[in-house]
Amino acid sequence: MREAILALLAKEPAHGYELRLRLAAALGPVGEVLNSGQVYVTLARLERAGLVRGVQIAQSAAPDKKVYEVTAAGRDEVAAWLLDSSWPRVAPVEFHLKLVAAAGTGLADPVALIDAQRRELMRRLREVQRLAESQIVGDDGDGVLLLEGSALRLQADIRWLEACETRWTGRTR
Amino acid sequence: MSAVVVRAEGLRRHFRGDGEPVRAVDGVDLVVEQGEAVSIMGPSGCGKSTLLHLLGGLERPDAGTLIVGDQRVDRLSEASWARLRRRTIGFVFQAFHLVDQLTAIENVELPALLVGTSRRAARRRATELLERLGVADRAGHLPDRLSGGQLQRVALGRALINEPLLVLADEPTGNLDSQATGEILQLFAELRDTHQTLVLVTHDPRVAATAERLLSMRDGTIVEDTRLDGGLPRQTLLAQLAGWEA
Repeated sequence: MREAILALLAKEPAHGYELRLRLAAALGPVGEVLNSGQVYVTLARLERAGLVRGVQIAQSAAPDKKVYEVTAAGRDEVAAWLLDSSWPRVAPVEFHLKLVAAAGTGLADPVALIDAQRRELMRRLREVQRLAESQIVGDDGDGVLLLEGSALRLQADIRWLEACETRWTGRTR
Repeated sequence: MSAVVVRAEGLRRHFRGDGEPVRAVDGVDLVVEQGEAVSIMGPSGCGKSTLLHLLGGLERPDAGTLIVGDQRVDRLSEASWARLRRRTIGFVFQAFHLVDQLTAIENVELPALLVGTSRRAARRRATELLERLGVADRAGHLPDRLSGGQLQRVALGRALINEPLLVLADEPTGNLDSQATGEILQLFAELRDTHQTLVLVTHDPRVAATAERLLSMRDGTIVEDTRLDGGLPRQTLLAQLAGWEA
């Protein structure tokens, strides 16, 4: 979010409300839950870090608005972000450890946890696909691609749960 | 209250092999209501395809009762099943099973002609279906000129031409690449939205998730019957996807 806002400002100066609209447009349905508070908090932090500069603009018919522009340091940061190829959280570490803990402590049956998790992910997958279907008609695309990515990740996670089930079935009890 | 399209009780089908008999379907109770879309998932060999074949009369049960529509069918003769199947069941297979010597539109209209629809009416309906399925421009092509995704759309047209009570699909995307899978997925979603009663067997979670009900099979039995609809509120789901606080 921080870098995305900075990148939008590297394109052109904007005020907080405009930034929120542009982010929401790029995100599609996922952008619906973006709250304006997050945008303003992020802008304040970026300003304190010297990555953006806010300029008050007086308006005759409305309260003053603050327009933000990127600084040279901010521009460098955007360039570095675009080229950074790190990728968050590939290994489902927490759930894996949960299964190990369930079996180790005897407090839960790993296979039952896997079944419950799969039901939950299948429900999410269905909802994500429905969102994507409702967007395909007449949409210009960016948001749909994000939903497509979510669906493919859920698909992969569900397949992994199938592998977990094969491995844990018969190892307990 | 909805009409029941499929009612199975104690359905069983064992296969005799060299050693122990294979209990492919081993006591399945199942009710599918009109307009429901149901997916069946489970590991290879769990009996899901055999169950689908039993529902469509491609296999006969060893025991149990099966009602399709308002007719008890578990003891039907092959000839009666063939008649019933043509009028009330549309099949979609992994390997498409189109007739190689017939064009796309001829494949689609064939089941209509077999139940006595006039040539003109069959052609009109087949044309509409190919249009709806996005393959109207392939109507005159033989199957060997079509891509996998196009073949499956034509097969779907053939399954739908007699406005079946029930559509059964066995790994409908099993032979398709991910692009074509996405297109077929969209078509199944549209089918579901028209309240076509649908039972599909699949390995692919994305295909299964087009349905609102998921059955999990293990060793010939249904071990879980889960509703997939009515999950998280939209805003909560979106916030979780983005990893943001709602």
